[in-house]
Amino acid sequence: MSDLWPRIEPLLARVEKPARYIGMEMGTEPGSLAPRHGSSRAAFLLIYPDTYEIGLPNQGLQILYELVNERDDAVAERAYAPWTDMEAAMRAARVPLFSVDTHRAAGDFDVLAFNLSAELVYTNLLNLVDLAGVPVRGADRSPSHPVVIAGGHCTYNPEPLAEYVDAFVIGDGEEAIGEIADVVGAWKRGGRANREAVLRDLATIAGVYVPSLYDVEYDGPTVRSVTPRYADVPAVVDKRTVADLADWPYPKHQLVPLVEVVHDRLNVEIFRGCTRGCRFCQAGMITRPVRERPEEQVRTMVRDGLRRTGYDEVALTSLSSADFSGIEGVVADLVTDQEGTGGVSVSLPSLRVDAFTVGIASELQKVRRSGLTFAPEAGTWRLRQVINKLIIEDDLYSAVDAAYSQGWRRVKLYFLTGLPTEMDEDTLGIAQLATNVTDIGRKYTKQASCTVSVGGFVPKPHTPFQWFGQNGVEELQRKITLLRNAVRGTRAQVKWHDPKATFAEGIASRGDRRIGRVIERVWRAGGTFQEWSEGFSLDLWLDAMRAEGLEPDWFVTRHRVRDEVLPWSHIAAGLHADFLWDDWQAALAEHGLPDCRWTPCYDCGVCTDYALEHVVASPVTPAGGSQGTGQDLSRSAADVPVRFLGSKVHS
Amino acid sequence: MRGGAANPVRLRYTKLGKVRWISHRDVARALERAFRIAQLPLAFSEGFSPRPRVSFGLALSTGHESESEYLDLVFSEAVDLDALASRLNSGLPEGIDVVGAVALADRAPALQEAVTCVEWRVDVARGDLTEVDPARLREEIDAGLARPALVATRHRKGREVVEDVRPVIRRITVCGGPSTAGLPTVVEMEMSTQPRGAKPGEVLAAIGDLTDVRARRTHQWIERDGARQEPLDADTRPRVPEACVS
Repeated sequence: MSDLWPRIEPLLARVEKPARYIGMEMGTEPGSLAPRHGSSRAAFLLIYPDTYEIGLPNQGLQILYELVNERDDAVAERAYAPWTDMEAAMRAARVPLFSVDTHRAAGDFDVLAFNLSAELVYTNLLNLVDLAGVPVRGADRSPSHPVVIAGGHCTYNPEPLAEYVDAFVIGDGEEAIGEIADVVGAWKRGGRANREAVLRDLATIAGVYVPSLYDVEYDGPTVRSVTPRYADVPAVVDKRTVADLADWPYPKHQLVPLVEVVHDRLNVEIFRGCTRGCRFCQAGMITRPVRERPEEQVRTMVRDGLRRTGYDEVALTSLSSADFSGIEGVVADLVTDQEGTGGVSVSLPSLRVDAFTVGIASELQKVRRSGLTFAPEAGTWRLRQVINKLIIEDDLYSAVDAAYSQGWRRVKLYFLTGLPTEMDEDTLGIAQLATNVTDIGRKYTKQASCTVSVGGFVPKPHTPFQWFGQNGVEELQRKITLLRNAVRGTRAQVKWHDPKATFAEGIASRGDRRIGRVIERVWRAGGTFQEWSEGFSLDLWLDAMRAEGLEPDWFVTRHRVRDEVLPWSHIAAGLHADFLWDDWQAALAEHGLPDCRWTPCYDCGVCTDYALEHVVASPVTPAGGSQGTGQDLSRSAADVPVRFLGSKVHS
Repeated sequence: MRGGAANPVRLRYTKLGKVRWISHRDVARALERAFRIAQLPLAFSEGFSPRPRVSFGLALSTGHESESEYLDLVFSEAVDLDALASRLNSGLPEGIDVVGAVALADRAPALQEAVTCVEWRVDVARGDLTEVDPARLREEIDAGLARPALVATRHRKGREVVEDVRPVIRRITVCGGPSTAGLPTVVEMEMSTQPRGAKPGEVLAAIGDLTDVRARRTHQWIERDGARQEPLDADTRPRVPEACVS
């Protein structure tokens, strides 16, 4: 249990941004929640498999860090992926992966716990396990090695990493982490003898999936079944959900890093879950129901957090922050509080598109009004009905009009391309929207500009689009080119995500266990940091697929059929398969679905099966805009002819 | 000036230990947060985008330590300078400690122009990080300083620049060891900062196959009219200004 710092420090003079590796965040100083080790304490190394700047702010990891360190029988430290220069220096000097808190070797911990927020970090997970001196495949590990676990949104399809991660935690981690600490603590105090036994014990925890306890059978290329090997191992692993956010006012002591990181501000989660029902959005599907934090608790967390951290910016985070019942009151109080204090700026990520939202934004940004971002996601009303992002064009134009008229000069619009049923008129619709937006802006300022940001759509498990065949690289590239040509000569500017990276994400997103070996090959070929353009290479992925005898299009661009066993069908987010399929059919029929917070329940399955309820302070729809309510719902799905895009459709 | 009388203050602080790996800009941000945590009344600039009225002295490179860094700032109201250090230190990371605070004269010259000389204590090794014999080093330094010019390759704004650093060097003394890094050889270096300074490592590399394993700035000096003063003693006001009112 030695401090590796004397061996790490000589490496720092030769690497970029050495402060990534020193820790020392405010909130970790001695006397606070600084990690305390002990022979009977279960030791967790919480790892974000990307750079320090990306990983440090992750709220999920910080919540778990606090919860573990509040216990007197467990301890948590943190680690991040060293950048390639540091990794090379570490390997040359035989320095293993280390924690940033006390610079302890990763191999000295009982658990390596990874946060998986994006598929393209999977190769980094393998690299970090290897850098820790632990065999990358679970089957090769011995009791002397830590248990490798993972949580986060990507674990809703754990199969691509099934051979590499010993246990996955599905859903909210606040309660599960304590139960895992109990099991791991008992294992440690028993001398960490039997690895199989601790995995069996972990599998008894609700929400924990231990892939080595399941057999997968195939029917040709398709999964036939995923079956537990023991009677006490659940056939289906249901997600964990904390019923009431009021019980979990975490992080209480958000870490303040010494170096600049992304989202470098106080972050207060105002609600979890979203029932807008956007069909492309995995987060909105898997985090149901909506659980609002009490308004008073939000105020306290903001006030205490600002005082403690010295930050001059706070973000009220959620999947759609203007939907918070108490948003106007909280914002008004924040604005009053900050008068005469030198100024605290407030940001609301994930804003709805309507004038009400702009009103809130203008309350918050009294001084610097540089840019405002909206996400219509699709270029035509028809396609927005398909994806259930129910913004009518007038909502967007009134929002944009309000923004420009109140002093904003730059509007950013987010779109997805490669959506189900998308046609060229939808792509050209993006250009038309952008042109109309800049025209509105020109009424107020000559400097009005509009940036259009386009991401390639990757269908995600546990969404109504999980059956949809993703657009290939050429098709996405064609659409992007079409859009770029259409905006040429206008004041709109187009930015886009590399379609090749979208394709690789598609391989990992809906892959099964066989994709694990592909990921391992990409890693062995040097493919770390695949979500960074300087590290990404689609050829590495295609070569690996070929070497494994797997057909990329079968995994990525193929439409799935209804009776197909999806590789994640033994993982449950609470959404009924029938609900998802019906919603997929409604999508193809261009039919929207209202938000169940304010309209009758359509029984997606989450509340009824898990005995949960929405925790929402206001029973009425928020003011402004048509989203969720203003649409024409007079037509029911049955009235609309259903069009199928799938090559084979179950009847 | 908004919100009452201007109260200019000069602070001295350290940057020691692990925290030496953060950048000058990171230090500035940590100090700004510490002012907010301590709820100290920093004065803000006028204008569309008000900024706290804070101005830093000479930059300290990432990786270098210091016992003597300085910061000038303006409070919008009077602040108890005796309590200032402890109020700030509770919000600062380990290794960054405010060690002195004085009231500054109005319109004192900016630190970056006023400071003309700095001193360093440097652990020296060969370029490949092996040990240097102190006696041998003394000879190399004497020979180096006797040369008409010492050409150093410096990195400035991403470009390599070749410069003579000989005029920067005032004194290099070999002190022996052992150093904090366990090396047998420590040198003291005294160097000019005007019109342009140099890093200890650049000077050592210009002299021979030498590098700085660890460098700590020990002093900064303001030289005026033949006298040298520590910045906390220059351009400052008496601690009890009321006593001067007649």
